[in-house]
Amino acid sequence: MRRSARDTDESARKITRRGLFLGGSMAAVVAVLGARMRHMQVDQADEFRLLAEDNRISIRLIPPARGVIYDRNGKLIAGNEQNYRVVISRDDAGNVEDVLNRLSGILPISPEDFDRALKEARRRSPLPIIVSDRLNWDDVSKVAINAPALPGVSPEVGLSRTYPRDIDFAHVVGYVGPVSERDLANLEEPDPLLQTPKFQIGKIGVETWMEDDLRGKAGNRRVEVNAVGRVMRELGRQEGIAGADLRLTIDADVQNYVQARLGTESAAAVVMDVNNGDILSIVSAPSFDPNLFVRGISHKDYNALTENDHTPLANKSVAGAYPPGSTFKMVTALAALEAGVITTAFSVNCPGHYEVGGRKFHCWSRGGHGRVALDRALAESCDVYFYDIAMKVGIDKIAEMGRKLGLGVRHDIPMSAITDGLMPDKNWKQERYKKDWVIGDTVNASIGQGYVLASPLQLAVMTARLATGKAVSPRLIHSIGGVLVPEDPGPEMGLDPQLFAAVRQGMYAVSNSQRGTGYSARIDDKALRMAGKSGTSQVRNISAAERARGVISNADLPWNRRDHALFVGFAPFDAPRYAAAVVVEHGGGGSSVAGPIVRDILLRAMSDGIPPASAYPAAQRNRIDTMHRNLILRDADGKNPESTRA
Amino acid sequence: MSFLEYRLKTVPTGASKILHVNWALVILLTAVASVGFLMLYSVAGGRMEVWAEPQIKRFVVGVAVMLFVGFVPIWFWRNMAGLAYAGSLLLLLGVEFFGSVGMGAQRWIELGPLRLQPSELSKITLVMLLAAYYDWLDIRKTSHPLWVLIPVILILIPTALVLVQPDLGTALLLMIGGAVVMFCAGVSWYYFGAVAAMLGGAVAAVFSTRGTEWQLLKDYQYRRIDTFLDPSSDPLGAGYHISQAKIALGSGGWAGRGFMQGTQSRLNFLPEKHTDFIFTTLAEEFGFIGAFSLLMLYTLVLAFCIISAIQNKDRFASLVTLGVAATFFFYFAINMLMVMGLAPVVGVPLPLVSYGGSSMLVLLAAFGLVQSAHIHRPR
Repeated sequence: MRRSARDTDESARKITRRGLFLGGSMAAVVAVLGARMRHMQVDQADEFRLLAEDNRISIRLIPPARGVIYDRNGKLIAGNEQNYRVVISRDDAGNVEDVLNRLSGILPISPEDFDRALKEARRRSPLPIIVSDRLNWDDVSKVAINAPALPGVSPEVGLSRTYPRDIDFAHVVGYVGPVSERDLANLEEPDPLLQTPKFQIGKIGVETWMEDDLRGKAGNRRVEVNAVGRVMRELGRQEGIAGADLRLTIDADVQNYVQARLGTESAAAVVMDVNNGDILSIVSAPSFDPNLFVRGISHKDYNALTENDHTPLANKSVAGAYPPGSTFKMVTALAALEAGVITTAFSVNCPGHYEVGGRKFHCWSRGGHGRVALDRALAESCDVYFYDIAMKVGIDKIAEMGRKLGLGVRHDIPMSAITDGLMPDKNWKQERYKKDWVIGDTVNASIGQGYVLASPLQLAVMTARLATGKAVSPRLIHSIGGVLVPEDPGPEMGLDPQLFAAVRQGMYAVSNSQRGTGYSARIDDKALRMAGKSGTSQVRNISAAERARGVISNADLPWNRRDHALFVGFAPFDAPRYAAAVVVEHGGGGSSVAGPIVRDILLRAMSDGIPPASAYPAAQRNRIDTMHRNLILRDADGKNPESTRA
Repeated sequence: MSFLEYRLKTVPTGASKILHVNWALVILLTAVASVGFLMLYSVAGGRMEVWAEPQIKRFVVGVAVMLFVGFVPIWFWRNMAGLAYAGSLLLLLGVEFFGSVGMGAQRWIELGPLRLQPSELSKITLVMLLAAYYDWLDIRKTSHPLWVLIPVILILIPTALVLVQPDLGTALLLMIGGAVVMFCAGVSWYYFGAVAAMLGGAVAAVFSTRGTEWQLLKDYQYRRIDTFLDPSSDPLGAGYHISQAKIALGSGGWAGRGFMQGTQSRLNFLPEKHTDFIFTTLAEEFGFIGAFSLLMLYTLVLAFCIISAIQNKDRFASLVTLGVAATFFFYFAINMLMVMGLAPVVGVPLPLVSYGGSSMLVLLAAFGLVQSAHIHRPR
């Protein structure tokens, strides 16, 4: 529209005023922007720089290789195996669920793994997510071939624990497993390594007791990561220290023989070097495959283990506490001799029973043994002799001798659930039951029944101490990281050597005199002859009604009510090298069931390979030969022919 | 003043117009855009072809468009204002029905090779129409309520269409841009006071209706407001972008971490690093010096526009120039306030620097109007 000049001027003036005002306002905002920039980039720059570095730099731990465990001859017991796993990086995958679905088309991914991976992906985890672990090379190549269809998926190599001699060392070495909340709670300052995903620590056995040596020190690498945690480059690296290798005192081949020899029995055996305490073999049967636990055992397998009445998970060799039965008689004898209440020539007439305090205690031999002195009392295991001398010496002296010989005390070797056993005395009963010790208790204890409890390990220690007269202690670790654990023959026990000799003579008679309970389980080789003692311990009270019906044969009882069979022995008699203790749960007679096992495993410890037939009594050689041929033993590489066949 | 009143003798014609182009403004705009090319090259990890090259091509096209628009006499554009406004309204309607969905909103339509965001275009056509309106209107009626109501309606129509897309940022820019033209045209202060009071009431209403069935904003918009008020409340979620942007900006320091050395952008901590958040990369890599220099370049562009507007005796030309300058200002001011954590995260690009074709083309066309006003100013 046409305007007058005045209007035009008016308009121009107004626009100028308003335009300048607008410009001024803009300048004010620009000033605010500039001031804010200055504040953030100059005043707060250091703070933000720090935050940026925090963003950018991530410290990743490098898990150290776990120490390897060898037997005394350098044979591998627990090693680290390279295993392949497939990881997915959220950044590159885009749609994680899609990629996982495609991946599960070519790899067997369990629904649990699938869900776990998906959950981790949603958590903006800065680390690559492990989808599937322990893959073989075939699976890895399948992933590699299909890489274009699987963005973000890549194979990785890691180390995982493996136990090539599976069942032989399950109870000794134990196994490793993922770190649990409880593991962390039990530690005051948990190693940050424990929080890395899929890290494994020892759960039982040597793996857990030697954890600090085996684990090593984590290295770390400083890496630059992008916003989703993918490593862009490495800025620095500090190598960790691998865990120390361990060498055990155990001979893997002997261990294998003993495990095979015990077979499917519910049993335990310990073989010890009497001179330095080295445990040559310590076996609990039946056993289980620790590799199952490392991989994560299935419910089915686990239930099969827990529901088995032969309790494969229980470590009977150190955790099992059994009434030692007649294997305890050496303690009673030595206590009486040491106290001076009897001499080696002292004899007792055994009519088949013993009466004290109005109660009648039976000898296992109904007809009695007649007049017996120490060596026959041990050889034929006359109960009455020991009832009598126990009454003379008293329980406290017996308990003291028991503890000297290693019963009722804990032997610290790096294994789990080691029992203290029980060596009762008057104080103990008072404290435990608030009751006085009665004569019957002493009578029962004198033959290793009643309250007395001992583990196979303790019985082996007792036998070793009887064989040498020195307080030798068991040793399981031969060396740590190449540094030898010092050998210790143990201090002298301070007893008259002649007393030991007398007891040893009695043990010799057990396996070498024709009337000895262990005569059939003797060693015929003069240089290797064994001394021992059988034991058959009751796990039930014989009721009056049963007594009236006469002794029931073990074979007629249900398995779990039969007697435990025990045998302890050492060899060679003239220059003792090894002591062994065997307990066969509900096995029946100690001399018939446990005795031959002790003989076989002592011979195996003293020989290089399967014991020669010449060491056995001529009449038994065929049978023994058959037995040995039927044993399924590992080959030189530690492989079990049976398991490879399956 | 109609074109009949131009003393054609004094207005350059033909090729001589080239001499009268506001070359200083062209150089300034090129400098700003060059900062953009540099940063796009950097955030692409040193590659031209990803973002920088297409951006340069678009800029060249945009400058051509600017000069073309500039050479066309300003009175032609004034006469076209109504048509342009109507056209952009049609496009806004079109985008509602045929538009592509991106980032949860319908914002662009494909026109052959060109991806057009009609909301960008409508900012300029609105400014043009309002300027033409006030050029036509008797100056004494400027503050008359009836004559104030008309431009308000003209503003609200495109604003409403943009708001349903929904694009809160552009809707705000439209309203503010329109208001600036009204303000410069001389509408009484009282109206602005009243609107400010009403806005205060509206903000109160928006917050008081939250969580009810009648809530006025989308949930994501409420969340953006929450994040703005307290970004630390959700450092890995909604507040992640803004806190990462601040870290990038702050860590630049005085002189920056060096070209292509910005860890925040290179390692993808920054969101939308080539579009809305490109300023943070500049601030990280060139520090306060770089960021402040860009701010100064922008300020110079504004200064040139405002001076040009004040010197111009043509009412339409002045108002268009001021409106374009204001629109430009709000672009960069809101973008910078946003990345510095002083304003909520709304989708506003950094003008001429952020990667994106249609906003650059529209802006350069708008500067074409400024050039036309400058070249054809009454002398």
